[in-house]
Amino acid sequence: MKTVICIVCPKGCHLNIDEEHGYEVSGFGCERGIAYGVEEVRRPMRMITSTVRIDNAALPRCPVKLDKPIDKHLIMAAMKELDQVRLTSPVSEGQIVVENVCGSGASFISTRSL
Amino acid sequence: MYDLIVIGAGPAGLAAAITAAKNGLKKILIAERDREAGGILNQCIHNGFGLHYFKEELTGPEYASRFIRMLADLNIELMLNAMVLEITPERHVHVINRDVGYKVLEAKSIVLAMGCRERTRGAIAIPGSRPAGVLTAGAAQRYVNMEGYMVGRRVLVLGSGDIGLIMARRLTLEGAEVLACLEIMPYSSGLMRNVVQCLDDYDIPLLLSHTIVEIRGDKRVEEAVVARVDQNLKPIAGTEMTFTCDTILLSVGLIPENELTDKAGIEIDPRTKGAIVRENMETSCHGIFACGNVVHVHDLVDFVTEESEIAGRGAAEFVLNEKSETADEMTLLCGDGVSYVVPQIVRRERVAKTQTVYFRVNRLFDKSRVVIRSGENEIAAFKRPYMAPGEMEHVKIPKALLDKAEGAIVISVEEDVS
Ligand code: SF4
Repeated sequence: MKTVICIVCPKGCHLNIDEEHGYEVSGFGCERGIAYGVEEVRRPMRMITSTVRIDNAALPRCPVKLDKPIDKHLIMAAMKELDQVRLTSPVSEGQIVVENVCGSGASFISTRSL
Repeated sequence: MYDLIVIGAGPAGLAAAITAAKNGLKKILIAERDREAGGILNQCIHNGFGLHYFKEELTGPEYASRFIRMLADLNIELMLNAMVLEITPERHVHVINRDVGYKVLEAKSIVLAMGCRERTRGAIAIPGSRPAGVLTAGAAQRYVNMEGYMVGRRVLVLGSGDIGLIMARRLTLEGAEVLACLEIMPYSSGLMRNVVQCLDDYDIPLLLSHTIVEIRGDKRVEEAVVARVDQNLKPIAGTEMTFTCDTILLSVGLIPENELTDKAGIEIDPRTKGAIVRENMETSCHGIFACGNVVHVHDLVDFVTEESEIAGRGAAEFVLNEKSETADEMTLLCGDGVSYVVPQIVRRERVAKTQTVYFRVNRLFDKSRVVIRSGENEIAAFKRPYMAPGEMEHVKIPKALLDKAEGAIVISVEEDVS
């Protein structure tokens, strides 16, 4: 039995996941907690948000996010890839900044127009 | 003469102005002291915003831009780099800005949406020297996320407020070593999900019931002495440990920014440190409304938006068909377990179907009941599986039940023993 705190929404339900019995989840406040609990035990995924350098913009940094979560263990490698990027203004919200981050299929996209 | 002047273009001000426009107000001005709208959201590049309101997960800048884009369509005027110096009960707004100089603007209604600011080191009085490297988590957030400066290499976070937790992760991702997050209380003051995602994920220890007792360093922070505290929050001798670090981030709470409110003579609630508000977010001053973190510090922007829409509707209603002042003001009071309630006053005839009441508990509760009483009578009760002071709670009280009450209403929390 593993206990994880659900982070899908701010409620933070304490989930119990029974690995021996088909990953049965208890303690969830809604359906989404079930999927999260199972995945968190079998294959933890995370979103990353960060910034990249940008030239000729009102600010020297442009905020970015992944368009979908990646494996938790890839976080630091993904940050390294982001470190190589330098954008030039104009950049628009939603524009792809790095494609296929660490071969995960996820992309970093800009989260504001600058 | 403006129909409405909104002070602050953060999430609260934006939502209030937009809702007022959608409810029929024509001439609306937002005065913002920064060089762009969006407020604190611009530096909150992490995601988790909008789950409640938009039913999707957005970053701060994305959440802000959804509202900012609506301003032009609704003909809402935005005055940037504008500092409001004073507001008066007659609804005069004194504002200064490089283009217009010093101006006194008149408005039929005002919405106060100035937000909050971080408590600083002075407010918690840490002994020791005063070297560089001690800064608030929010200031560090702006440096790192917007201005592109790294604030330190070996970092201690004092306080477990959400911004502190988020910055612990952010600095780790940017290559710093975050040694620990210290919280003087026996529970985190930030959201549980942030403790999990920002500390646990990166093996950053959260030391509950710990605080910094001394900061050492000549020009820059060199060491911090940390000790455990007892039940009275006093450091326990003999528990000291020394951390070698160059930076200390403070995440020790936020205070509503109410200088303008105070100066206008608007009544302030000592519990929230914000204006006392009615069911439509009107303050003690007729025609002046308040919403968002200037009223009480929220942990989720979604609730700021919701509350600000109420203020925007209130302002529109006030300007378009001012109702006569009514005497029936019912007071909402904090009972056991509750540290504050918002709104503090409800005029029942203005409540449509239900009245949402926001509150915080003052300690941890497992299975419990939120009980609404009028005198001896229990008029409503709501079950909760778990409540913590770090997470704002709310209940929706049906009008029919409110109508049954006589005199003040008391909101308290009881352990559910059933
Ligand atoms: S189980 Fe559902 S309600 Fe509970 S934290 Fe997860 S998403 Fe939120």
